[in-house]
Amino acid sequence: MTDATAIATTAGGRTTWERLRSHRDWLGFWFMAPAAAILILFLAYPLGLGVWLSFTDAKIGRPGHFIGLDNYDWLSDDSVFWGSVFFTCFYTLVASSIKFAIGLYLALLLNKNLPFKALLRSIVLIPFVVPTVLSAIAFWWIFDSQFSIISWSLVKLGLIDRYIDFLGNPWNARWCLIFANIWRGVPFVAITLLAGLQTVSPSLYEAATIDGASRWQNFRHITYPLLTPIIAVVMTFSVLFTFTDFQLIWAMTRGGPVNATHLMATLSFQRAILGGSLGEGAAISTAMIPFLLAAIMVSWFGLQKRKWQQGGDND
Amino acid sequence: MTEVTNVSERLSSAHLADASEGMSYLESLPRKVVTTWMPLTLILIVLLFPFYWMVLTAVKPNEQLIDMTHFNPFFVVGPTLDHISELLFRSQYPRWLWNTTYVSVLATFISLIASVMAAYAIVRLRFSGAQTVGGLIFLAYLVPPSILFIPLAAIVQSYGLFNSPMALVLVYPTILIPFSTWLLMGYFKTIPFELEECALIDGASRLQILTKIILPLAVPGLISAGIFSLTLCWNEFIYALTFISSTENKTVPVAIVTNFVDGDIYHWGALMAGALVGSLPLIILYSFFVEYYVSAMTGAVKE
Repeated sequence: MTDATAIATTAGGRTTWERLRSHRDWLGFWFMAPAAAILILFLAYPLGLGVWLSFTDAKIGRPGHFIGLDNYDWLSDDSVFWGSVFFTCFYTLVASSIKFAIGLYLALLLNKNLPFKALLRSIVLIPFVVPTVLSAIAFWWIFDSQFSIISWSLVKLGLIDRYIDFLGNPWNARWCLIFANIWRGVPFVAITLLAGLQTVSPSLYEAATIDGASRWQNFRHITYPLLTPIIAVVMTFSVLFTFTDFQLIWAMTRGGPVNATHLMATLSFQRAILGGSLGEGAAISTAMIPFLLAAIMVSWFGLQKRKWQQGGDND
Repeated sequence: MTEVTNVSERLSSAHLADASEGMSYLESLPRKVVTTWMPLTLILIVLLFPFYWMVLTAVKPNEQLIDMTHFNPFFVVGPTLDHISELLFRSQYPRWLWNTTYVSVLATFISLIASVMAAYAIVRLRFSGAQTVGGLIFLAYLVPPSILFIPLAAIVQSYGLFNSPMALVLVYPTILIPFSTWLLMGYFKTIPFELEECALIDGASRLQILTKIILPLAVPGLISAGIFSLTLCWNEFIYALTFISSTENKTVPVAIVTNFVDGDIYHWGALMAGALVGSLPLIILYSFFVEYYVSAMTGAVKE
């Protein structure tokens, strides 16, 4: 308590201190009010309402009746829903791990003593700055079935003889989306990890190198342990945002072909907003919550634990 | 340092001679080309290619877009501004740009005011439960729009805000406030208490302290939070797609996906021009403030 309380005590004596103390909570309330009002009204309340809607048969423009677990019951027999659960997990797992690998590699590259460091860093960030939907459209055009530049180049190089149907074939479309997601996510991971790398003192590497540590040992025993806390945070965010991705899929495939690329978020949009059955869509969104919590727990505590073990080794 | 000694103990027998390894400034030039510049160039090409392609398509005449046998698709002969002028003068694009700007600026403004007050209260007023409130705000940051848009659609409709940009102005701050508050809390913590204490003794009120002492000192933080908020609003898609139905109220990202896309190949030029023009404001803004932007991104994550 080195803040204003102490000052008030020395300056104004007992009564001022008490007045300030009673004011403090009151003032805090007024200062918090605008943020709290917005967050409660448009974040906490909808979160609860979403769970409630998932137990009703609400349609757009018509409040629903409580129907218990019917929505979930119905979803549990719906192969499209399970397909979307599978693809959401697959998409998150593959995209996040590759994003992490490439992001870390790029961060290590950028951390070297290079000319034009600032310029390189700004260029790397561009995919992160440009609106996702707009870059997704560029990818859509790159992956076009008739005019794809990739197909054209591969044909010219003589590697394939027919144009690839990138977004028309389920697995091709899935990999294209994962690629676009990685492309967009790498800059965030790389720049954040780079910030972490820059806090590692070079003298550690020098000492280790003099002691004969190889490049890999430098990374494994100095860089990685020191970077673990920031990796935990970055990967938690990365997993979270990949799992709940919407824009990329909606701009590139809208869940097609034959529902192969629906994420849970796009499926709930299709059912709730386009199909009009809010209740069912809300059930799909609510079903995301346990997955999200699990993903956060795994990436957060998993990495925290490793950090703790590392600390244990040291003692 | 025990870490390092462990390494050395395990290693001492083997590679003592190879002391230059790991020190980048001691690396030979050919080695540096192979291990650093080649992978870096490759990654940069992949990261930048979609933009090159976007720009190229936006200025390419239609006949070159669909004829890939007579023209090399990687280059353009006789670039044209037709697509961009079609976009700016024969479509509702300016209107969409205006909507996006208006919604983004208003939402950012609201969020900044709310966040400054909240961050100040949490860091400096230390009212009872301030820690808990700070934690709750961080949790709010982790709630993704993808699970909120359905109930919000119902709420927006019951308030009669459906298809109104005001719905976006009110909803966007839920994304921006948690982030900005955390960012500003970090900045406020670095401002010395003594300044506030002096002002308190001189009889300044809390609001005066906030506006006359804290805010001028936290300008870099405000700029970071502002730019980040503008970017997030400009980027936002799912709420705008859900709440806005009429063409004239749409924002740029939604309008491009829903109004330009009808499977007609001749729209590619206009589509890419639209994506390009929609990205430019952010790229320009960001090129001026890249340092703030990076500090916002990394600072908030480090918290």
